[in-house]
Amino acid sequence: MTAARTINFTLNGRAVSAEVKPHHNLIEVLQGQFALSGARESCGQGLCGCCTVQVDGKPVSGCLYLAVFADGAEVVTVESLGSPQALDPVQQAFIEAGAFQCGYCTPGFILMTKTLLARQPQPSDDEIKDYLSGNLCRCAAYPEIVNAVKLAARRNKTG
Amino acid sequence: MTAPVTGKQVGRSLARLEARAKVSGRAEYTHTMRLPGMLICKLFRSTVPHGRIKSIDMSAARDVPGVFAVYTGEDVKTVIPDPYYGPAFHDQPILALNKVHYVGEPVAAVLAEDPHLAEQAVQLIAAEYEELPAVFDEIEAADNKVLVHQELKPASTFADLKHLKGVKGTNCALDFKLRRGDADKAFASAAQVFEHTFKTQKVLHLAFEPLVAIADYKDDGATITTASQSPSFVRTEIARLLGWPENRVRVKVPYLGGGYGGKLYIKLEAMAVALSMLARRPVKVALTMDEVFYTITKHPSTFRIKTGVDKNGKIVARKCDVWWNGGAFADVGPRVTQKSGFTASGPYDIDNVSIDSYALYTNLPPAGALRGFGIPQLVWAYESHTDMVARALKRDPFDFRKQNLLRAGRPHATGTILKDVAIEKVLDTIAERLNWDAPFDHGSGTLRRGRGLAVGLKAVISPTTSVAIVNVAGDGSVTVYCGTVDMGQGSDTAMAQMVGEVLNMPAETIRMVPRDSDVTPYDMGTLGSRSLFHMGHAVRLAAEEAKAKIAAMAREVGEPDGSNIPLAELIRKKYGMQAGNIVGTGTYKPDYVPPDPQTGQTANATPFWMAAGSGAEVEVDTETGQLRVMRLVNVVDCGNPINPKIVETQISGAALMQLGFTLFEKMHFDGGQVTNASLADYKIPGIHDVPPMENEAVEAYQSNGPFGAKGVGELATFGVSPAIANAIEDAVGVRLTELPLTAEAVFRALCAKDNRPLGDE
Repeated sequence: MTAARTINFTLNGRAVSAEVKPHHNLIEVLQGQFALSGARESCGQGLCGCCTVQVDGKPVSGCLYLAVFADGAEVVTVESLGSPQALDPVQQAFIEAGAFQCGYCTPGFILMTKTLLARQPQPSDDEIKDYLSGNLCRCAAYPEIVNAVKLAARRNKTG
Repeated sequence: MTAPVTGKQVGRSLARLEARAKVSGRAEYTHTMRLPGMLICKLFRSTVPHGRIKSIDMSAARDVPGVFAVYTGEDVKTVIPDPYYGPAFHDQPILALNKVHYVGEPVAAVLAEDPHLAEQAVQLIAAEYEELPAVFDEIEAADNKVLVHQELKPASTFADLKHLKGVKGTNCALDFKLRRGDADKAFASAAQVFEHTFKTQKVLHLAFEPLVAIADYKDDGATITTASQSPSFVRTEIARLLGWPENRVRVKVPYLGGGYGGKLYIKLEAMAVALSMLARRPVKVALTMDEVFYTITKHPSTFRIKTGVDKNGKIVARKCDVWWNGGAFADVGPRVTQKSGFTASGPYDIDNVSIDSYALYTNLPPAGALRGFGIPQLVWAYESHTDMVARALKRDPFDFRKQNLLRAGRPHATGTILKDVAIEKVLDTIAERLNWDAPFDHGSGTLRRGRGLAVGLKAVISPTTSVAIVNVAGDGSVTVYCGTVDMGQGSDTAMAQMVGEVLNMPAETIRMVPRDSDVTPYDMGTLGSRSLFHMGHAVRLAAEEAKAKIAAMAREVGEPDGSNIPLAELIRKKYGMQAGNIVGTGTYKPDYVPPDPQTGQTANATPFWMAAGSGAEVEVDTETGQLRVMRLVNVVDCGNPINPKIVETQISGAALMQLGFTLFEKMHFDGGQVTNASLADYKIPGIHDVPPMENEAVEAYQSNGPFGAKGVGELATFGVSPAIANAIEDAVGVRLTELPLTAEAVFRALCAKDNRPLGDE
């Protein structure tokens, strides 16, 4: 297989570099070289959203996104959210609404919700469902997920 | 962070203990773990459904630079001489030996550090097979014209399978019989007799964390990290395969990214261990999602059901013949066949019952338990059928059920007296929520509406054992060791709440140890909604023992009776410093009487019964067959909910999963080959598929349960499919007898009803 090359990018606010081969996807690099496993592969086809990460502010399916394309980009993963003292309001809302069971898909839903609320701070139910329709949850915590997004949006407003 | 809540712990809607780890992406799952020096396994799989292996050419694969090794079943035999495993039958080879039994069976394994390289090498392997005739249908398999296995090889795990040892010439891995009264005689004298046949399709669990196991074999011990619902069984089975005592096998299980029955007993663990033995390095076998379709699925079934009623509409006899399509390896199929099979006559009071339930081998991917252990297939049939009988008798389907319902104090078909189950309350609640007594608008023109309901009854798998340890540290903090696997059902939280209730401390301050067979004691498995009851009792007993020891220590150091001395202070008084442990243990195994092998009769079929049902309102477009679920009501009896919020999400999640199995999920096959093995082609419920839904756990108390509780994980799957089929008939007068209930199926039935049946194209 072809040779590795060095890419430089910003990962959760820090400048980093990685040795990647042309066929490596972003998930492999995040897990293998940076020990970040919040974005994780499930369907391997970009359909379930478990591997969601943000590249230059846009959510992408990390399992299909070739790592070499991240060269020079700003990459954000779920691990960047919150601090040891306080969770991000979206994370907090997911907990309070009981918006997950096994938790495997949760980081993807949370990153999508962050992106949604950045674009549309007060989404309607339909907007929430449309925006999150690319993320699947086999435990089917969908009603609770919609509630979590609404809770986070409400706090956006009051906070 | 909110402050820990003291006082009553049972009944609190506490957030999951691991919630923070899950929302921050830091919860550990086997699929994302790696060990130093680890090799990755990629599998070469059979392309024929049934055949003798003539040759496997691995030379090109071995020549790929970076490939560590390529192994076949013959290599496995050099380290594990008898490499067959399984919970009920030792029928599954670690890698195929001599024969392949289905398309997708693992034939050879490539090991490399780079998974892409391993995958590339797999593509270079070629195998030649002498193809044999194959059998895919469970009814055809019962003819035994094509034999999937030459000889039955029951494991010693289950006593009731012993008589099958060495049996030849059959595909039937278990023929469970139940006989109560005299069904034939009762049919002969019945006023009316009805008979229908129902089918279910092949679907799968599709947990988002695909199946995975990592093994690190060393000569003095093996460590397996695995996404398993049954760490204790994995340990026992690996020890058996290696000829080792159990204490040389360590099984670690972090959180599971979903299970639903798909990670039960043993799956990839034996393969990972064998490959690690051969390679003498840690090996990870992590399936991709498409490979899961070739690994474990839900049983398709055919259920022929016959009911006789007297002139008053009382059901006097029921005959059930159920054929379970178990695929190429038995897995836990014989358990499903018996443990669910004995409830096939439904939650009705019937004096004359005959049940035959057959576990059948076919040349399809293996089938196991999926959220209900066979019960959803049975309820689908008996509640569709019961509705059809009611309608034929011109009886209201609710009233007809009420008249025939099995009530407390009456014998179930097994002879066991029904007790402690709120089946009637479940049925009544569904009807109340649907406003069953009020007139219903059936719509007009091309949009017709209908409503339906269904209830089911389940027994818990028995007899099973759970063991737990509660450990109080020198500062009074509490750690619980229990082998129940938290795969999203919230067991860690519920167990901590029960321990907290006994020890009067906030559940969120209690630490649940991740499952590790070196420290967490035996548990039969996280399956069949058994854990909250069995492990709940075990942790309760362990906490009570610790509490008694705390009281004894207080007396010993001279505290007055009823002293409220803080734990840390008490321990300091005893040891003079922050030191020591107070350890309580608990073992729970409920009473159970095995059924008579000839009649299935037993005085005690189950430690507890589970009841649940659903009601549905649907709208059908008569021009297209398009079906819309307008309302879905799910009602369960789970006793006294330990954590009402988690119970609610379990009811909702189970019902939505079953909605997928009801409306669209189906594995398609062509000559034994799955043709839609990916999320692109196999649709599961998404956020837009959620109908208006109401969920309820009726007020109930399980008198022999821990704090009045019992399991809930599977319950809301029971009634969804038949409730919707019953609603479709109510809407447009057509009856579907096969899942899934697609628009095409509805449209075909509507055309057939109008005497203009559609062709196959």
